[in-house]
Amino acid sequence: MSVSADTLVAGLESAIGSSRVTGDAALCTKYAVDGMIPSVVASPASALQVAEIVRFAKAHKLAAIPFGNGTKTRIGMPPRRYDLALEVTALNQIAYYDPADLTLSVDAGMSLAKLNEALAEQQQFLPLAVPFFEESTVGGAIAAGLSSSLRSSYGSARDFLLGAEFVNGAGALTKSGGRVVKNVTGYDLHKLLIGSLGTLAAITRLNFRTFPLPQGYGQLLANFSSVEAVNEFKSMVVRSPLSCTSFDILSAEATARVAKATGSCEPARVPNGQWQTCIGFEGDESVLRRYSSDLTKYAQQCRAERYFLLEADAAKTLSAALRELLTTVVRSSEHATVFKITTLPAFSVDILRLRELAAQYSMPSSIFASAAGPLYFALEPPPLKDETIATLAQISSEVLEYAARHQGQACILFCPPELKRLANVWGSATPDAGIMRRVKNAFDPQNIFAPGRFVSGI
Amino acid sequence: MDKQIIRGLEAILGAGTVLHRPEDLLLYEYDGSVEKGRPGAVVFPSTTEEVARVVKLAAQHDVPIVGRGAGTGLSGGALARTGGIMIAFTRMNRILELDFDNQRAVVQPGLVNLELTRAVEHAGLYFAPDPSSQKSCTIGGNVSENAGGPHTLAYGVTSNHVTALELVLPDGEICRVGTRRGDSLGYDLTGLIVGSEGTLALVTEISVKLLRKPESVKTLLAIFETVDDASETVAHITARAITPAACEMLDGWTLRAVEDFIRAGFPRDSGAVLLMELEGLAEVVASQAAAVEEVCRLHHAREVRIARDAAERELLWKGRKNAFGAMGRLAPSNYTLDGVIPRSKIPQALRRIQEIGEKYDFRIGNIFHAGDGNLHPIVLFDPRDPVQYEKAVEASAEIIRYCVEIGGALTGEHGIGMEKSELMPLLFSDDDFDLMRRIHDAFNPVNALNPGKVFPLNKGCGEITPRAQAAVLANPL
Repeated sequence: MSVSADTLVAGLESAIGSSRVTGDAALCTKYAVDGMIPSVVASPASALQVAEIVRFAKAHKLAAIPFGNGTKTRIGMPPRRYDLALEVTALNQIAYYDPADLTLSVDAGMSLAKLNEALAEQQQFLPLAVPFFEESTVGGAIAAGLSSSLRSSYGSARDFLLGAEFVNGAGALTKSGGRVVKNVTGYDLHKLLIGSLGTLAAITRLNFRTFPLPQGYGQLLANFSSVEAVNEFKSMVVRSPLSCTSFDILSAEATARVAKATGSCEPARVPNGQWQTCIGFEGDESVLRRYSSDLTKYAQQCRAERYFLLEADAAKTLSAALRELLTTVVRSSEHATVFKITTLPAFSVDILRLRELAAQYSMPSSIFASAAGPLYFALEPPPLKDETIATLAQISSEVLEYAARHQGQACILFCPPELKRLANVWGSATPDAGIMRRVKNAFDPQNIFAPGRFVSGI
Repeated sequence: MDKQIIRGLEAILGAGTVLHRPEDLLLYEYDGSVEKGRPGAVVFPSTTEEVARVVKLAAQHDVPIVGRGAGTGLSGGALARTGGIMIAFTRMNRILELDFDNQRAVVQPGLVNLELTRAVEHAGLYFAPDPSSQKSCTIGGNVSENAGGPHTLAYGVTSNHVTALELVLPDGEICRVGTRRGDSLGYDLTGLIVGSEGTLALVTEISVKLLRKPESVKTLLAIFETVDDASETVAHITARAITPAACEMLDGWTLRAVEDFIRAGFPRDSGAVLLMELEGLAEVVASQAAAVEEVCRLHHAREVRIARDAAERELLWKGRKNAFGAMGRLAPSNYTLDGVIPRSKIPQALRRIQEIGEKYDFRIGNIFHAGDGNLHPIVLFDPRDPVQYEKAVEASAEIIRYCVEIGGALTGEHGIGMEKSELMPLLFSDDDFDLMRRIHDAFNPVNALNPGKVFPLNKGCGEITPRAQAAVLANPL
């Protein structure tokens, strides 16, 4: 940063109006990322103002972090520099919606929950069922790239994001893709924005394919006494003709959290050492009957300890609790440390190694996974001491090795800032790090956006 | 091509393995499009290392490189627009690994699309992207163009099924992007490379997802008196949020040509048909079939036939997939457009295409992926007649411009290639081009890979010039 905070505020005020800029210390604190507090917060009212701000940042060599509702700022490494919070929640309209085409164009700052309320009026929804759902902005959900619990049947964001509009590091409002469901016109730059953690561009608008709300919904819960039995059950379901909406696997500790969140006695937490699988399915009555009957049969064949079916409202409540399991863990303690592990298969017998690892260091842990998505391994350490952080660092390196052994990758998704001083949350550099740096440089040659937060020091 | 380069290529690949005589190169100056571009030499490497060595040699001599699969592409993507070395992946056609448990396969780029499905169908699996050319097109070509097909309506295009790639960059460096699982850490480089039309890197290995075959399949043929009724039906099916696995339309004129050629069972006296496939659980298919039939009747369908068995289903699909061949019997040349529009606007778009045809005095046939809004108007013309030729140029340009005007895009699945590079300014601003160019240069800084594709040669012209369009239609097959 080459200028004082006051000069920054004045400069930005003249660019986008005084009511949209603040240098107030208390307000700026709310936009802190890993303890770093920006000097100024700018809240543009339009995509063109976002471009004005980025050009200003470029001219003054500022580092900027695009900001939604701030629910996931703990993801990633601490920024190397951070001068300006680029808060886009004033961009919060549905720009275009053609229910008959099932396509949508929405401003990045609109909340996911509000968007889905609007879609529900047309009996449609966006299957971006990600943690922090109620507070997330659409742009934040895409930039953070968290997995949607519905991806078993609806795919992940890259499968239904049709296009995007964004301000790149040159301060130019640019776009890629379109608003049609099939399109190979130009490079798919919008796919790069998914999970980019604000390091490439400030997203201003996103185009999606929408989906019809299901006619009915159900869940089957089945408890198993061993990982082997869970795997046998999962394999049977995957090889069956059924195409389930979601397939979650929870350790006993995780079921306790879900039971608390749903506020009901069912599904009760399962005894320690057991595992619970929760399978979502949807369709009309005849389809729901088929799922219920087949899944029950499979659960019996795999010697489930217990199994039960949930209908409509109870199933939806459970589904929301499962979606927010990560949220509740992260919010339970600022020391909570959650690893995101993607291996093939997602869940194997070897998973017990992770539990042993936690036990070896006397660290309370839980595991929850989606058959189509990542596996989360959560540690909930007691109040922090220096040796706790050292222990977490030790466990981290072992988890990263575990993922590598299973043709996969792992990162530390959430952890106390102290751990980030000892460990890179992204692990070691990936083989494609060089290309990623080139891509970053193409989007953001002056390294304005969130420098240092991302993979390989990007 | 310079003799020194030929000798260098033979040193890498073996004596007598390099095609460089004009008569040998003739075949490689065409693909499935109306474009032409002759390479200086064609090579057939067997390994990634050989590809890398060829690329390094080309870089040393400042010669461009173009990758080629089966050459079935429809936009000139696999043509050597500025000469140079063509790397044909014909010999890199092996399946490297099949992982049935995790529903993954690792293949080389020269593998023919349908061969993969044939190799895994005994395990109840298949590879979903199914372009009409799937009996001959390669998966490498599918990756390059982000190919679609009728069933992409339900299952997505190629990029939805690719999780990792091995690449050779223009400097000969070999690298990997993505993971077999998918969801790799960092930017989605796999998603960027798929559909980049061979302008960023050469793809030498592909990890793909395999899908499980559905329990039940029902193929419906809905028969209408008018195109209007059929297109209103598609819009209504979409609006009712019924998602068939495929939903294809053939207008009456086109289906008659197909019947003369294939005898697929399309009724010759109809105005249009919709060929729809419903897949999934038996219960899902049953309720979808009832809903689809209801919508068809609402829009005056004369009849909704259900294919009785696999043979009848295959015959209907044969008619659809060979339709473009049938067109060749009607006129000396045809130009198959590839535009995409919002599905709610299909009825008005088809009416407009009809008007444009009348305005220019052409019969324009329509056979297309209706469920995706992916139009394929076919303009039949005689290129030897200069007046007809000019009019075909103008009519085609007007149709594509109209697609963009109503919220659509230039291409749904054929790619930009040489064919539409000059139309890109209809959709993209100078700032958009600037970023795309920077991404291009991040991979391909001296434009050594597939030059003359995707980007307009007249950057920022903003107009479809008659000259550019004339280039599109020059040298028809």
